[in-house]
Amino acid sequence: MKTRTFNQLSFSDRTLLGIGYILLAIFVGIIIVPLVYVVVASFMDPTVLQNEGISFDFSTWTLTAYERVMTNKMIWVGFSNSIIYSMSYTFISVLVTIMAAYPMSKKDFVGKGFFNIIFIITMFFGGGLIPTYLLISDLQLVNTPWAVILPGAFSVWNMILARTYFQSIPEELREASSMDGASELVHFVNVLLPVCKPIIAVLALYQFVGMWNSYFDAMIYLNDSKMQPLQLVLRSILIQNTPETGMISDIQSTAELAKLAELLKYSTIVVSSLPLLIMYPFFQKYFDSGIMIGSVKG
Amino acid sequence: MKSNASDAMIKNNSWKKKGKYIQKNWQLYIIFMLPAFLLTVIFKYLPMGGVLLAFKDYSAMKGIIGSEWVGGKYFQRFLSSPDFMNYLLNTLKVSLYGLAWGFPVPIILALLLNRIKRTGMKKKIQLIVYAPNFISVIVLCGMVRIFLSPVGPLNNLLGTSYNFMTMPSAFRSIYIASGIWQGAGWASIMYTAALANASKELTEAAVIDGANVFQQIKNVDLPAIKSIIVIQFILQAGNAMSVGFEKAYALQTDMNIEASEILATYVYKLGLLNGDYGFSTAVGLFNSIINIVLLIIVNKVVAKINDGQGL
Repeated sequence: MKTRTFNQLSFSDRTLLGIGYILLAIFVGIIIVPLVYVVVASFMDPTVLQNEGISFDFSTWTLTAYERVMTNKMIWVGFSNSIIYSMSYTFISVLVTIMAAYPMSKKDFVGKGFFNIIFIITMFFGGGLIPTYLLISDLQLVNTPWAVILPGAFSVWNMILARTYFQSIPEELREASSMDGASELVHFVNVLLPVCKPIIAVLALYQFVGMWNSYFDAMIYLNDSKMQPLQLVLRSILIQNTPETGMISDIQSTAELAKLAELLKYSTIVVSSLPLLIMYPFFQKYFDSGIMIGSVKG
Repeated sequence: MKSNASDAMIKNNSWKKKGKYIQKNWQLYIIFMLPAFLLTVIFKYLPMGGVLLAFKDYSAMKGIIGSEWVGGKYFQRFLSSPDFMNYLLNTLKVSLYGLAWGFPVPIILALLLNRIKRTGMKKKIQLIVYAPNFISVIVLCGMVRIFLSPVGPLNNLLGTSYNFMTMPSAFRSIYIASGIWQGAGWASIMYTAALANASKELTEAAVIDGANVFQQIKNVDLPAIKSIIVIQFILQAGNAMSVGFEKAYALQTDMNIEASEILATYVYKLGLLNGDYGFSTAVGLFNSIINIVLLIIVNKVVAKINDGQGL
């Protein structure tokens, strides 16, 4: 049956739907306006922005702010650190997580109950900040990338998602592999991984975004400024109001400086957020299926 | 006697069976489980042993084990401190008000999205409302600070020059509103997916029966996402005490500390900035115990309301 078009609906339905669409439009507007504002402001002359506010008069647009951000060393150090940390974290985390999820998805796996309890407890209880910090320093991991990569690498929640996904794969696949004499590892790599792309994509996106956007672990474990991820560099520019000196060293007057510092915030936001904002639409087709798995199983 | 013996034999057999299984499937244990198991033991269980610090006077020389016991001294100290009560209340208020304001938004959003019939349009809107989820906490808080600055766009719009970031009374609204802006779209995904999966045929049937839009939502859409709503509510209410450190800390200023100091930021400052390890661990431990109790209570309550179905 074809659904009725808008005009065929009753008056009350049309009113209700109309209100709904307006609400939705308002919500979308609230999301978009700040984003557009930041992008437009990042191209503007600081004096014009300060005095006249935002304008779409392209003739006054400048790339000054971008030049200053792009030529700043700390931004690039932060960028490359963040890429290294996020990539290695994603790789290690997804690998460990789906590896553990596979045996846990088997009905006859001996020790399943034991592992389950061991893992689930950690979802609700932990040692807390200080004991974890002392452990990391006892292990000599402070000021090494491992301090931000290893502690969170195995995610129980993600393991549950992957396990649920594995359970949806017919067991005949494993039986067929067994007949060919394939070991679990060979079966896992050759047969299972290729059919698990959606769940791997979702987990990888979660972990990458999570690491890319976090700053707490880096703030407490990585004191060396050369090791700081992007978010910590951003923190000093956006939150602590101390732009990297290289960006503004040539400016003399304090008023100029304050204006430029404001302008730099906009361009820094754009430059730092762009990679993920460009990346995530490519994952959109996996969102629904991947996240559904989690919500059904809980 | 006889049955006891055969019981023992069956037990023996099943142990043998299990042993054989492990032997045969050694790869599952050594290759597949071991990395996750080791990471869990080292980074999750070893620190759990560290909660002993909450009852000890820590000295770096003697280590956790060797340090002297002080019993419940720290607990007494913070439970009798008015500051602590303030921070506890701040934590609870941020999350409970956040839940009250924020929880319905993704549900409403999903119900609205579900009413858009043109797939292309729906996809575009989804893409937009998901976007803020991919912006980092630091950038979000940076944007908040720009927009709310005394010379920022919001004040320009209102024709005022409030410094919102220094107002304790504004902190919670800022925290919650920015949280909804960032998270509501993403949180709506699972409701949207459940609606898309479940309600097509039912909606058509309802339409044939002459149900109006309101009735369709009430009788088809809401039942389709009810179980997800319940699970999400339990999880969020149960996590009321674990308000994240990152955002609160990034929105904190010297002036709004009265409202913005939550347990997580307090534990950080006390422990890592002041080096008061024992006290800080005690506060953290207290926090996670309340968290577990909350989770159990909420789960029970919801199970009662929801025909025995909890988490």
